[in-house]
Amino acid sequence: MVGLIVAHFPKPHELHQRRFGRNLGLGLSLAAFVALVFALTVVKVTGGDPMAAMSGQTQGVTGPIKGAQP
Amino acid sequence: MSETQAIQQTGEAGFGDFLALLKPRVMSLVVFTALVGLIVAPVPVHPVVGFASILFIALGGGASGALNMWWDADIDAIMRRTQGRPIPSGKVAPGEALGFGLALSGLSVAMLGLAANWFAAAFLAFTIFFYVVVYSVWLKRLTPQNIVIGGAAGAFPPMIGWAVATGGVSIESLLMFAVIFMWTPPHFWALALFMKDDYGRAGVPMLTVTHGRKATRAHVLAYTILLIPFSLALALSGIGGWVTLGVTLILNAIFVFGGWKIWHRDEATAEADSYRVEKQVFRFSLSYVFLTFGALALDMLLGTRWPMAWWG
Repeated sequence: MVGLIVAHFPKPHELHQRRFGRNLGLGLSLAAFVALVFALTVVKVTGGDPMAAMSGQTQGVTGPIKGAQP
Repeated sequence: MSETQAIQQTGEAGFGDFLALLKPRVMSLVVFTALVGLIVAPVPVHPVVGFASILFIALGGGASGALNMWWDADIDAIMRRTQGRPIPSGKVAPGEALGFGLALSGLSVAMLGLAANWFAAAFLAFTIFFYVVVYSVWLKRLTPQNIVIGGAAGAFPPMIGWAVATGGVSIESLLMFAVIFMWTPPHFWALALFMKDDYGRAGVPMLTVTHGRKATRAHVLAYTILLIPFSLALALSGIGGWVTLGVTLILNAIFVFGGWKIWHRDEATAEADSYRVEKQVFRFSLSYVFLTFGALALDMLLGTRWPMAWWG
């Protein structure tokens, strides 16, 4: 059975292995970049206090926004 | 023609080939010195901001490495030391390296500006410009002082790390710059001595080619001596301490002794033992930077810094 599967799925060409490796590396790099930007955003918005993010408080917004309706 | 050769000629680079364009070994020096510059600064930085900043400084350094490999592909193909790099070995096309380097440069500068501050980002942009345009394009093939002036590019990272924390420049960050700046020439000239005719064949006017090997040996010794006042000033500055002073005294004594041994040798002796001393000094010079900057970090962590700079 295993031999039959192997026969139907031959070892990929080296060219495709290289492309897969490059695409996988790029994908993981982009995922890490997104995670880093998210972490930076949380830190910047909360001023380094993660609990502030959980409670909805944000740094710099201390009162009603000018011109906003009461 | 084998399959492997055919693949190499199509320019189908793997992920590792693009990583190699970033000069990972040079990047380790950039990361470490920038990290020390950041943590010894008097202003605390949030760990996430610090991590991101070091990453973007490293990416900027890597981008300049990729642009350097793109520009120097012709001489890299001639020199034995660099023949295996991604472009001369046919794994990455020159245009790909150029695009990769430019994209990473823009990304790293923009992201450092957003993560830390725009002064640090501008400093990173200037460093990339200095390494690629001033050193690689302009000086490297023009003057035997290429390494001396171009060495500034490798000396900027601790100043950028400092700028990430403080948003500026100070005497301490200038001293960190000065130590790496003065360390670079003996480091590279020791390498040039045992690389023999590599630079000559490639037409790069290294000191060994333009002024001869005897003059290069004298220059190595001179720069190891000239480095002493700068490293001592750093050890006695506000970011130095007992550990840095002790490490600096020992490292400089060894470095000058190595420089003296190189100066004292002639080519016949060096040839006979396959440039053993030159290789030893080159390897030691790598440790010199890591140990000096490691000592600065240790003084801060152990609380053994001077209460204030010795010179006021």
